[in-house]
Amino acid sequence: MPTELLPTATILTAFLGVALILLIPARFGHCAKWIALLSALTGFGCAVAAFRGYDMTPGADPLQSIVNLPWVESPSIGFITGADGVSLVLLLLTGIIAITGVLFSWNITQQPRAFFALFLTIIGGVYGVFQSLDLFLLFVFYEIVIIPKYFLISNWGSTNREYGAMKLTIYSVAGSALVLLGLLATYVLSPEHSLDLRVLAGTDFPVAFQFWAFPVMFLGFGILAGLWPFHTWAPTGHVAAPTAVSMLLAGVVMKLGSYGALRVAMTLFPLGLEYWRIPIAILATVGLLYGALVALAQRDLKFVVGYSSINHMGFVLLGLVTLNSVGLSGAVLQMFSHGIIGGLLFAVVGRMIYDRTHTREIALLGGMNLAKALPFAAFTFVVASLASMGMPGFSGFIAEISILLGAWKTFPIFLIFAALGVVVTVAFTLRALQRTFFPAHGAAAAPHGDASHEFDPITLPERLGAILLMAATLGVGLFPQILLVPILHSFESPLSLMHHLIQGVAK
Amino acid sequence: MSNSLLTILTFFPLAGALLVALLPAKRVLIRAAGLGFTFAALGAALVLAFHYDRAAGGLQFVEKWDWIPSLDIQYYLGADGLSLMLLLLTAIVTPFALLALGDRITKLNVSLILLLQTTLFGTFTALNFIHWFLFYELSLVPVFLLIRMGGSVKATAAATQFFIYTLFGGFAMLLGFLAIHQATGTFNLIDLAALAHQSKLGNALKAAFHWHPNCINLLVFSGIFLGLAVKVPVVPFHTWLPDAYTEAPAPVSMLLTGVLSKMGVYGFLRLLMPLFPGLMHHLAVPLLGFAVVTIVFSALAALAQKDLKRIVAYSSINHLGYCLLGVFAVTTALHPENDRAAAMNGVLLQVFNHGITAAALFCFIGFIERRSDGLRGLNDFGGLRTVAPVLAGLMGISIFSSLGLPGLNGFVGEFLIFKGSFALAPLASTLAAIGLFVTAVFLLTLIQRVFTGPLNARWAAFPDLTTSERFTVAPIIALMFVLGICPQLLIALFNNTVLKLLP
Repeated sequence: MPTELLPTATILTAFLGVALILLIPARFGHCAKWIALLSALTGFGCAVAAFRGYDMTPGADPLQSIVNLPWVESPSIGFITGADGVSLVLLLLTGIIAITGVLFSWNITQQPRAFFALFLTIIGGVYGVFQSLDLFLLFVFYEIVIIPKYFLISNWGSTNREYGAMKLTIYSVAGSALVLLGLLATYVLSPEHSLDLRVLAGTDFPVAFQFWAFPVMFLGFGILAGLWPFHTWAPTGHVAAPTAVSMLLAGVVMKLGSYGALRVAMTLFPLGLEYWRIPIAILATVGLLYGALVALAQRDLKFVVGYSSINHMGFVLLGLVTLNSVGLSGAVLQMFSHGIIGGLLFAVVGRMIYDRTHTREIALLGGMNLAKALPFAAFTFVVASLASMGMPGFSGFIAEISILLGAWKTFPIFLIFAALGVVVTVAFTLRALQRTFFPAHGAAAAPHGDASHEFDPITLPERLGAILLMAATLGVGLFPQILLVPILHSFESPLSLMHHLIQGVAK
Repeated sequence: MSNSLLTILTFFPLAGALLVALLPAKRVLIRAAGLGFTFAALGAALVLAFHYDRAAGGLQFVEKWDWIPSLDIQYYLGADGLSLMLLLLTAIVTPFALLALGDRITKLNVSLILLLQTTLFGTFTALNFIHWFLFYELSLVPVFLLIRMGGSVKATAAATQFFIYTLFGGFAMLLGFLAIHQATGTFNLIDLAALAHQSKLGNALKAAFHWHPNCINLLVFSGIFLGLAVKVPVVPFHTWLPDAYTEAPAPVSMLLTGVLSKMGVYGFLRLLMPLFPGLMHHLAVPLLGFAVVTIVFSALAALAQKDLKRIVAYSSINHLGYCLLGVFAVTTALHPENDRAAAMNGVLLQVFNHGITAAALFCFIGFIERRSDGLRGLNDFGGLRTVAPVLAGLMGISIFSSLGLPGLNGFVGEFLIFKGSFALAPLASTLAAIGLFVTAVFLLTLIQRVFTGPLNARWAAFPDLTTSERFTVAPIIALMFVLGICPQLLIALFNNTVLKLLP
């Protein structure tokens, strides 16, 4: 296969998987997971191959592997895809989350065909968003992601699933309505009447238009990225969702929001960005502090992880508006890092623990002596917690110090609050870890006290998934260059569409 | 190969930790593997110390690789006399603590101790801030879990308190270094020291932060100081320490006081002093004030304690206070040169001596606890000398070493520190001498209440040290005499380094 097609192939593998799963007869339902795994592995393989083939010679256009198929003549809409370093890093993330999501859904017995078909549909949509260069195409993929989430949560979810699914969908749809509004306005106002991102990025939109179009677009995407105070869908949605879907939501779907904010809103409307930069920085900082503080007060372990996502995404948004290469690259790295770590945390809490104990109450779990009963789960949770609190050596550390370094340059005042957020993050992570797995001796509630709990042992797919995610966060933590170089290239190359973001704001 | 000696030394214990984690849970096997790895590391550290070119001094065995070039982060390590002294100390105290574990040896604690050793080796050799910080922060994880092994509810609280305090301090330090990176574009400690030497660092910081040029240096300095002050600790940032040292199992306390606290002193010498010599000079009075308060307060606090572990814990704070006194005194003036060198040599000696002496004291308290079902009150014993003469004798030697009796190791370091700092900072040194006096009082009280006097009838059958326990402590006691009589053995290792460290 020519290398230009590799990124696009990720989309195809996912939808091919969907088609295959739907084609097999219902009595072979148990094969669905194998097909899903195969599709996820192939997609990841394509992403890795595309990543390895990425050309970073100084003169090369960072946007590569362009596929341009005409689709609709008027209005001119094309199936235009292409990938730069930012896209490729997120494609890799999607690949990893797809594989591990399937592995952690290995025990799904209720309508497995439907489950895995919907799961792969989301994956395909996510792959699509991360490489669409046509705004309409991007929007189509974006919508493909939103709808299956509703069915996955309301059919396979747990606590309050109807409510969680509905809330999440309404918020997402509201966000995409804003995006659509901005998109149509952009189309109408662009001199070429084009939706091609490359053309639009070269257009200087009037300041008055940018002033309102930017916040509309940014907010539309920001809702999905967990921008405070529009984040409330995230914790309830994450908690209600089945494990693989929580992993998807935290792992990649929230990144669609931050990716869209960067790729569309910030790239197209730099002057608008300049107006709204400080308010966004404030919201991002409040969000990261608020997420951490609320997580500190949760009694439900999954809610702790849910709010930690708000906290981590606050860092992403803060990094984006620092508008320097260190902060921006930190934000993209944080997207990857949080995808992996968030996925891992949800995998432990939702699959390894909840499926066995049928509770997520920290106080109850504390009485079950989980460190002894499920040592692998305890080990994984310790690693995930360390990574989540930004311990050096894990991916989150480099991402967060890059963001903080970027913030030192532009918003030293916010930095202090962000720093406070980091400390609270440590506190809530440690609290959840201690109370769940290592309650102080004697403090454990007596009713469960000494009774040794027998749980099903951790299965092989769970182990494989957890090891893959731990290896990813540790690998990127120790060798962040692997991802940072292509990311930086995509911002710093003078040919980049996002080049103007790092030089202040003049296009 | 010869160029990656330090890397091999650093990651060797980590390999041991992984191996131990994979071994079947047989105590003999785990003990053999743990001791094998730690003694091999000790051998390697000794080889390095012998191969170090003392006459040339300076950094040797340097390794430097690009790690994250866009942020100027390198994998950069090297060792000078100061690093080697600390590598040796770590290599000595770790097997000592493993031996002291005795029957309580498990897969988990041996793995954690080996992991801790890797982080310590890494901290004492790293020359890029991020590289250093990686190991510095990572050390919290094994320590946190090891303190929890004390098992009580209070141990959990103490571990959490330790973790949060140190992490918070570390974070203040990180912010300081991010500001420095912002101003200079580098995390390389050697480059930064060179910049500071030419007085360019302060100006770079001022230029980078227009919003408050007057206080930015002080702010950055305070951030780094706070991080290190929590670690050493400096009073009033010490409150995590007594609980942590008391609630942790005694072998873990040996590591905490023996080597972990040295990370803080090392940070003062490697990070703060080279980067901010001018500011330290200007702030000499408040800094010396911190040192004096640390020394006197902790000595008085030790006097008031009724728990053997708490007494030794406070006495640890006290002994490290002398190190700080020496460090801060050195920055007050550029002359006389030989007094400064004496004080600095004293600081390094004190670091090493306190490491082995305090570890030995905790080891003995562990032996006592094992015989008394966990009782370790100052007034719970009495007259143990008659039933356990070997224990009393050997622990007595360690106590006298801690007290600074000439002929034992503790004396030389303290003597040199005071010799140097009396000339440089007479008032602070005089006040600090109160600490020496109070130390003598509480340590002698300890001997008196525990070992002398009429035998407490309850302990009539108190067993003396077993053969294996004697063999555990014998090498350390021997070392106390050797270093007390020939401190030159150790000073020769770092004397040249000391002259370079002086700002």
